[in-house]
Amino acid sequence: MAFDFYLSTMWSVLKALPLTLEIWFFGIAFGLIIATGLTWLRASGYKLGEYFTRGYVFVFRGSPLLVQLYLIYFGLSQFDFVRHSPILWPILRDPMYCTIVAMALNTAAYESEIFRGALRAVPVGQIEAAKAFGMSAFTRFRLVTLPIALRLALPAYSTEIILMTKATALASVVTIMEMMGTAQKIQHDTFRPIEVLTCAGVIYLLLNLSIARLFAWVEHRLSPHLRPPPEQSQLVKPIPEVL
Amino acid sequence: MEFLSDLKDQVSTAYELLAAGWGVQLLWGIAWTLAVTVISMLIGAVLGSLVAAAKLSHRGGLRLIGESYTTVFRGEPELLIIYLFYYGGTQVLTGVARSTGSIGSTDILNMPSFLGGVLAVGIISGAYQAEVFRGSFLAIHRGELEAARAYGMSAWLRFRLVIMPQVLRLAVPGLGNVWQLTIKDSALISVTGVAELMLTANKAARSTHHSLLFYTLAGILYLVMTSVSTPIFDKAERYTSRSFTRPK
Repeated sequence: MAFDFYLSTMWSVLKALPLTLEIWFFGIAFGLIIATGLTWLRASGYKLGEYFTRGYVFVFRGSPLLVQLYLIYFGLSQFDFVRHSPILWPILRDPMYCTIVAMALNTAAYESEIFRGALRAVPVGQIEAAKAFGMSAFTRFRLVTLPIALRLALPAYSTEIILMTKATALASVVTIMEMMGTAQKIQHDTFRPIEVLTCAGVIYLLLNLSIARLFAWVEHRLSPHLRPPPEQSQLVKPIPEVL
Repeated sequence: MEFLSDLKDQVSTAYELLAAGWGVQLLWGIAWTLAVTVISMLIGAVLGSLVAAAKLSHRGGLRLIGESYTTVFRGEPELLIIYLFYYGGTQVLTGVARSTGSIGSTDILNMPSFLGGVLAVGIISGAYQAEVFRGSFLAIHRGELEAARAYGMSAWLRFRLVIMPQVLRLAVPGLGNVWQLTIKDSALISVTGVAELMLTANKAARSTHHSLLFYTLAGILYLVMTSVSTPIFDKAERYTSRSFTRPK
């Protein structure tokens, strides 16, 4: 009986997984586009661009995502021009699009900081060597700066992606029936919150663990130069544990 | 010009609404948010140091417990943990009270929303603080611990005189990050009905139909809270590491 309940809850919540993944995917994709723009603006050297990105990052990192979501979903519709606009209104009256917009804007702030740090961490020697080879600025960026920076940004980026998975649950407060919303509904119908939320929790945890594994694998694949060659690693004696 | 007079209207409505009592309500909201954050940080500090100790332990079982704690509470959506403590707490309390007969078989004993929210946010904060404490412990110079052992200090004495002061110093920047995170998480417990800043803004927005105004205000107030805490933590960092600053 109890087992049947777990199974049916698990199944109902799993049926909402595609919707969660949809919010997740589009939030991350649009966030990446905005973050790229912000990073470019910040790195371009224009004072105005720098002030804008600084302000953007300050605002979106300093306030809770829930406030940003409510502001976009409930707040912006107060403007007449938003309600009469043929482009903005279809986006901003739909809670689904609003969640995606809020998530994308929010994650872009964090990601642009990650990318900025990664760009700054590219060793100067590498760039100098590329210059000495007579590479043009674009070739230098494409062949030297970008690959190194992407590799450096990966660990922090994976953390941000996991934060985004957790943030998709906020869509349930603006009536989206994704995994969290579905779990909420089952919980209200059955009055068994612990069982229902445990089921949803297991799915979220598995989702996050697989994302983490995936990123760890990509990281491992991208850093063969950091691993010791196999025969050498066996020669190195382990440092004795003193404590 | 029309835009300017429009703006003037907006500002005067905002002023009227705030003077009509919503201003005081929002201030109370800030007080509750800060109370929730401070208490959650304290719960998190206790849990975090225990979990950090478990993760650093030599015993495999303790390490496993510590690992699972940080994995679960950092990997689950915050909202889910909050619902689990609030509604789950209600389920447990009701079950216990019904079986002891202190309430009728159809009554419900609700989890106090403040308690549920603070516990949930505190436990999440604890998972992040555990990582901060663990990192700071690992950053302590091994030689110092060996020296303390060589002096024949007991485990407790070593902890009190060598480990704790250094962990606290090294943990300050990390704790600053967790503090910001906890302020932002505290906004989520508005879903259980704790009258903190987010819920107050929500109520104000719904009853006055000025959602833009009140959500913007809430956003600004959160920004003020997070940015005011940055220089405070900077100062704490300077204070705790005063014997380590380079001479000019």
